[in-house]
Amino acid sequence: MSLRIVVCVKYVPDATGDRSFADDLTVDRDDVDGLLSELDEYAVEQALQIADEADDAEITVLTVGPEDAKDALRKALSMGADKAIHVEDDDLHGTDVIGTSLVLAKAIERAGYDLVITGMASTDGAMGVLPAVLAERLGVPQVTLLSEVKVEDGTVTGRRDGDTASERLEASLPAVVSVTDQSGEARYPSFKGIMAAKKKPVEALDLSDLGIEADEVGLAGARTVVVSAAERPARTAGTIVKDEGEGGKQLAEFLAGQKFI
Amino acid sequence: MAEVLVYVDHVDGAVRKPTLELLTLARRLGEPVALALGPGAEATAAVLAEHGAVKVLTADAPEFADYLVVPKVDALQAAHAAVSPAAVLLPSSAETKEIAARFALRTGSGLITDATDLEAGDDGPVATQAVFAAAYTTTSRVSQGTPVITVKPNSAPVEAAPAAGAVEALTVTFGELATGTKVVSRTPRESTGRPELTEAAIVVSGGRGVNGAENFGIIEALADSLGAAVGASRAAVDAGWYPHASQVGQTGKSVAPQLYIASGISGAIQHRAGMQTSKTIVAVNKDAEAPIFDLVDYGVVGDLFDVVPQLTEEIKNRKG
Repeated sequence: MSLRIVVCVKYVPDATGDRSFADDLTVDRDDVDGLLSELDEYAVEQALQIADEADDAEITVLTVGPEDAKDALRKALSMGADKAIHVEDDDLHGTDVIGTSLVLAKAIERAGYDLVITGMASTDGAMGVLPAVLAERLGVPQVTLLSEVKVEDGTVTGRRDGDTASERLEASLPAVVSVTDQSGEARYPSFKGIMAAKKKPVEALDLSDLGIEADEVGLAGARTVVVSAAERPARTAGTIVKDEGEGGKQLAEFLAGQKFI
Repeated sequence: MAEVLVYVDHVDGAVRKPTLELLTLARRLGEPVALALGPGAEATAAVLAEHGAVKVLTADAPEFADYLVVPKVDALQAAHAAVSPAAVLLPSSAETKEIAARFALRTGSGLITDATDLEAGDDGPVATQAVFAAAYTTTSRVSQGTPVITVKPNSAPVEAAPAAGAVEALTVTFGELATGTKVVSRTPRESTGRPELTEAAIVVSGGRGVNGAENFGIIEALADSLGAAVGASRAAVDAGWYPHASQVGQTGKSVAPQLYIASGISGAIQHRAGMQTSKTIVAVNKDAEAPIFDLVDYGVVGDLFDVVPQLTEEIKNRKG
């Protein structure tokens, strides 16, 4: 039987650009180029490796986001995913992590799945909790923050490196897995992959397709309110010296003046 | 006065410092009621009482150790039902953020993660966060349910504030999902004898410029002269020179020590995301154009193999 893998990916503002907030204190997505969140590339890579090991597997890549978010799907398809689902709806503007998990869960259930794979966090919101919330929504095990993952005989196993210990985890499918940047280098799309991706199906869905009311998501449904957002004041210019043989001593002098020594 | 539920991060009864910092913040919002789970839960009561906990709810069961995250969510839910707190606060770690998030979903509550400060507001707690690699500071509040907020280490001082700290056993009923993810084995991280990276007052980090695992010894020597933790940039970790557990940056640890010393680190956005909120920043780098110098309070343009050992020597001399 085919192993159905859904990879959740996010289209995020490029972290090397000047990210900022719009007037409604949501992330400004107009002024900075977007791209597939780097951390999601690891999720796509692990999905491809798991699919390679399985007798028969199908990888669907799923995103929630504006029109441009198709770029993230195309990247994942060109890496080797089989098909894509794009959830787009004006009412999604300003959706928080709880709302996003609702949209993803509905789309995942609609598609059918044995395994959901995500990155460890997005590179914009960076909360790192979506996979856990998604598992709670779907009512399936979470096997999260894995630096190694393996799927065999309806079981997922992996290694989670925590603050105080490294753990070996095991759960039955269906399950939600998230992988870290330690899980293995993500492949670059080949020219052949890029050409093939153009022909792969991208299904477009909106909130009504998923049976979600507008006020369950977006700013209206968000359970948190951003009160203020301010650019961090630039640090006042520090002292910079060139080492001419006394650099270490000068630095020690500075640290002593600051009472660190 | 409103009660505020504080989730305790401890290892076999030894309470980790971020929880004590959290009690300082919790007292701004109300009376802290602590929740300690797993082996050694009761042993946490004395130190929690010293730092302001009026009550300590405890529960232990094999489920907490044998299965991932969800049993602790069940316990937090039971504590929430028992206390009806004005807010639920957790220290920010990978695991506690997941606990917080699942709990928030279950209870129809809003979630704020990685707060760096917390104040009482007219409509509930107002949390400060550093976002976009700390380029922006936001304040937010929760508008639905019980505010669930995780707070980063080093966000508040640890303050003594003796309170009753009466221990109460909490009854926890585990749900169907609790045993979904089995912890097959657990290997404790080997102690380096140095402070924990996210909790340390001083962090000394090495990057690409360290140029080899064998050279990290000079970074460690500097750290030891200051009683500091050792960090590494992603470049150094990816090169296999230092373990991932020590990585400072977006995909590693986020640190905010009193003093951060970056050696041979250029200051890419990945790294800045993890250290930009440090109070005092110092860098040593050969490249005068390295972006790290835009952040520093004091920078030395020079070869770290000359500057760092000289600095270590000078610190040792001054400390006599």
